[in-house]
Amino acid sequence: MAGPLGQRVGRRAAPSAGASSAERHEPVSPGSGPDAAPLLEVSDLRVRFRSRDGMVVNAVQGISFTVEPGQTLAIIGESGSGKTVSAYALMGLLPRTAQVSGSIRFRGVEIVALGEKALQDHRGRNVAMVFQNPERSLNPTMQIGDQITEAVRQHLPLGRRQAADRAVELLRMVRIPAPERRCHEYPHQLSGGMRQRVVIAIALACEPQLLIADEATTALDVTTQAQIMELLLDLQRELGTALLMISHDLALAASYAEEVLVMYAGQVVERASATDLFARVRMPYTRALIDAVPRADQESHVLLPVIGGRPPDLSAVMPGCSFAPRCPDAQQDCRQSAPPLEEHEIGHWWACWHPCGTERPADA
Amino acid sequence: MPEVTPEATPLTAAAGTGPALAAGGDLLLDVRHLVQEFVLRDYGGAKGGVLQAVSDVSFELRAGETLGIVGETGSGKSTLARSVIQAPPPKQGAVIFQGQDLVGLSPRAMKPVRRELQMVFQDPFTSLDPKWTVSRIVGEPLTAYGLGSRRERRERVNSLLELVGLDPADYGRRQPRELSGGQAQRVAIARALVLEPKLILCDEPVSSLDVLVQAQVLNLLEKLRSELGLSYLFIAHDLALVKQVSDRVAVMYLGKLCEIGPVRDIYRQPLHPYTLALLTSIPSAGPSARKREARTVIRGELPSPLDPPSSCRFRTRCPRAQERCAAEAPQLRAVGSEGHLVACHFPLSGREGTSAGSGTSADTGAQGEPAAIKR
Repeated sequence: MAGPLGQRVGRRAAPSAGASSAERHEPVSPGSGPDAAPLLEVSDLRVRFRSRDGMVVNAVQGISFTVEPGQTLAIIGESGSGKTVSAYALMGLLPRTAQVSGSIRFRGVEIVALGEKALQDHRGRNVAMVFQNPERSLNPTMQIGDQITEAVRQHLPLGRRQAADRAVELLRMVRIPAPERRCHEYPHQLSGGMRQRVVIAIALACEPQLLIADEATTALDVTTQAQIMELLLDLQRELGTALLMISHDLALAASYAEEVLVMYAGQVVERASATDLFARVRMPYTRALIDAVPRADQESHVLLPVIGGRPPDLSAVMPGCSFAPRCPDAQQDCRQSAPPLEEHEIGHWWACWHPCGTERPADA
Repeated sequence: MPEVTPEATPLTAAAGTGPALAAGGDLLLDVRHLVQEFVLRDYGGAKGGVLQAVSDVSFELRAGETLGIVGETGSGKSTLARSVIQAPPPKQGAVIFQGQDLVGLSPRAMKPVRRELQMVFQDPFTSLDPKWTVSRIVGEPLTAYGLGSRRERRERVNSLLELVGLDPADYGRRQPRELSGGQAQRVAIARALVLEPKLILCDEPVSSLDVLVQAQVLNLLEKLRSELGLSYLFIAHDLALVKQVSDRVAVMYLGKLCEIGPVRDIYRQPLHPYTLALLTSIPSAGPSARKREARTVIRGELPSPLDPPSSCRFRTRCPRAQERCAAEAPQLRAVGSEGHLVACHFPLSGREGTSAGSGTSADTGAQGEPAAIKR
């Protein structure tokens, strides 16, 4: 058990305390001198679920990554790839049936095996989460102002009046027009995009250092999605919050994140900066994901390149690369031993024995 | 016993009244001035207002052609599709399908028409009966229309399951809960195809699927279209996806048609500011993706459809809006290349009609700049 999480370490002062290589990913974020530890350090995280009939599902199979203060990181993958389970582990929101091993260190404090009381302090103040469906995140019977003040007063020693002021301030921050009036409205009186703004306001109520957006814009229209993403990035710049985007949409991740992690079957299979990932994709799975998305610059009625099969059963342990059964480039060795995730090029990690080596010319 | 044979519609160059079209099959569907309204009720059943979900929409669809309809939530695109299949019938206008006006037909007279006009919905799980087996779901339309003997129906169901890529021996006995999302959507497609329709209305058929599965289902729809000579009315909110499947695209905003035209023109040279906003909102994958300044995010929210802005409905969010937009409703008119219609006083690149130059002072670098569309 680690020490109390509630106390804030005063590391958010002193911007530009020595520009070092560590600051490569965080152009405008405050804090982090050369000696700065990452904000979040996940190493060899594993999550297993045991069902009633004794089946074990290995939802997350040893993932490691770090998030620097102010960084935007995206985790992408299909349904069932383990991205949401990983996010829940970061929040300490997994059910008791989950067996978590490995380490999640937030500002040096271990989260795994933290008690519920300490976790409640962790959530909201350190890490906050925005979920896919704003309808389900909000209480339909409560005015939105009250829902924000509830979150504020849970964590900060503010009076009723002050908390209400803070709620208005937060609504203004997420660019909701006429916040004093909107405070007294109920979720059903707002549009989907507005509701998601309220959810973001609640998440930012205690100025967390990491915001996890789990498919936060998936249920929204493209135009609203663009508005919400712009808002998230603006707020991130203003507050210096790190952003962890979880999405199935590679294009969305590429447009907004600095670094992208691709997950498949509970493992990270490729990790690179967004530009690198698209310019020099190495993992055949990522290649397949990129190719499968219809693009506005392609001709109509052209069949999309698809791969067959389905993601593997996570309850079965199999040797070799988990993508090998569906991989167009799979060879004998892929089925025998699993390739480790290694940094083959600077800042570009992949887990593949036979990576796509050809340089892809930049799109015109 | 109906066979899965290509319809082999002769693709004759039809001399339609409307604009000349790229895919020149026979006129299959002609929607004229369609209006759909819903009366809202206040407490106690008092009339609370009239919501005009679709407002004076006209378009044509030819045999073998796919028309994509895009727009945000609340633009009326799903209501339009439902009005076409008369569920419920529209308040005004005509829906002429194969030369017959469907508006005002009795349910009995609609029954043979529905054989040729099928629909695939967004969520396959809510459109499939959870207690039925896949074979029964796919075979139900045959039973309902009293087609074929029991054995013939079974053969037909099996051949269709094979057509959509599901092994009938394995999947025929399953129930929807034993299917993945992609498989369930394949079952829904098989059910829509079982009566050999001419036109399938696809309402966001792949929106709830993962990218890889989405690509598989899109390819399946494409394969079926060319093999069976189908026409699609393809509704989606994703412009890139619509381009993939469509010959022509119609853009809707708040119940009105903003722009309609061949895919090539719409994407290369969007004329309506709303179309451009939709195009630039698509997150683009590519090395130059992080060019955030290239994006023109449209501000504001969709206005209430109960009280839409006067005249041009997009003017409250439009960077090019001027006084004329509030005073005079823009009509759909041909601008630029053939068959490309736009309802805007100040289109982004007008070679005809109003000079676009007068509208540029208010725009935010949106002037026909296709940089954001390139990927």
